[in-house]
Amino acid sequence: MRLLREAGHLVRVALVLAAGVVLFLIIRNAVVPKDFGRYGHFRPEALGVIRAHPVAFAGQSTCVACHDDQAKERAAGKHAHVACEACHGPQAAHVADIANVKPALPDVATLCARCHEKNAAKPKSFPQVVTAEHSGGVACNTCHKPHNPQI
Amino acid sequence: MEITRRQLLTRCTQLLVLTGTAAAALEKTGQAPGPDDTYHMADHWWGMMIDIEKCIGCGNCVRACSKENNVPEGYFRTWVERYQVTEDWEHPKVDSPDGAIHGFPANTDPNVKSFFVPKLCNHCADSPCVQVCPVGATFVSPDGVVLVDPDYCLGCRYCIQACPYGCRYFHPEKHIADKCTLCYHRITQGLTTACCEACPTGARRLCDLKDPNDPVHEFLRNNMVHVLKPQMATGAKVYYNNLDGSVR
Repeated sequence: MRLLREAGHLVRVALVLAAGVVLFLIIRNAVVPKDFGRYGHFRPEALGVIRAHPVAFAGQSTCVACHDDQAKERAAGKHAHVACEACHGPQAAHVADIANVKPALPDVATLCARCHEKNAAKPKSFPQVVTAEHSGGVACNTCHKPHNPQI
Repeated sequence: MEITRRQLLTRCTQLLVLTGTAAAALEKTGQAPGPDDTYHMADHWWGMMIDIEKCIGCGNCVRACSKENNVPEGYFRTWVERYQVTEDWEHPKVDSPDGAIHGFPANTDPNVKSFFVPKLCNHCADSPCVQVCPVGATFVSPDGVVLVDPDYCLGCRYCIQACPYGCRYFHPEKHIADKCTLCYHRITQGLTTACCEACPTGARRLCDLKDPNDPVHEFLRNNMVHVLKPQMATGAKVYYNNLDGSVR
């Protein structure tokens, strides 16, 4: 008893500390999600949130499922490995509502040149032209069919 | 009404227990259903193969990424750089106009070695950006993708400074750190990333290092493969074929 009386100042500090720790644990328990740390130092629900983002590019196999005529034509030519949406843009909206969402035709004036305009940084084996000399402003698809670009 | 101390204490305890159970029950029932789980994170370890010899700098990947992920204008989750290297190879000229979203202007000087380098998050296994996050908002997922928890990020920007590759940016509207997710919403449902889908030459390909049939194993075996800044030991998983020594 005498000891407790003499060490009273220490006991009070210890009590304040203990109260602080308890308060910390209560707050921590309230704000940290229950399954935080299940897979690592993060909130597992975040994976679901990120996965819920809508898809814009439907993917090659989806396009080919309906447009097999164009797919066949393309597969026979040099553009065989160019995916539909590489030129036609993201079409998931079209897949979701085929009747009302119609894809716009790509603008040939910029589309072809982006890949095939001559540039020293492009790989030497890649077919390139200086469009001004090559066609003199005539649209590429006057001579080349985009799906199978051979003349 | 008279109330004894004993009654008060009992009532208080009852109330505590009741609210506690109610809260627990609410938490159970109010939980959002998880994504359908035909996808098993433990079976995958994602990365990317980039073939410098196939990149034509068309910018299709940049446009596709921007559309797929609603990347704000002027910010990039992926971009393409053009290197122009003279004999002074330690000081290459590097440009990337608007991240190459409209491709590149022509350069025709044959005396300069020039080539394109597509860049994106390297999805490091030992990522510096993850190590500095003070709240556990950015993390390496069990399938090897570096992600940001949009609801947990404070926007302190530590990770943006920590990334040695400059792959993160501060989202101007959401006010959180934002970055390439390796199209996590796509790859977890069997699709490839938007950039790989749109690449016309196959210069960039998604790979799963845990899949024994993935072409990545052949790619790593048969090519002179390099990662960016290997001296930083980040465990980068974007593998470049034929990367020039001048690339930083």
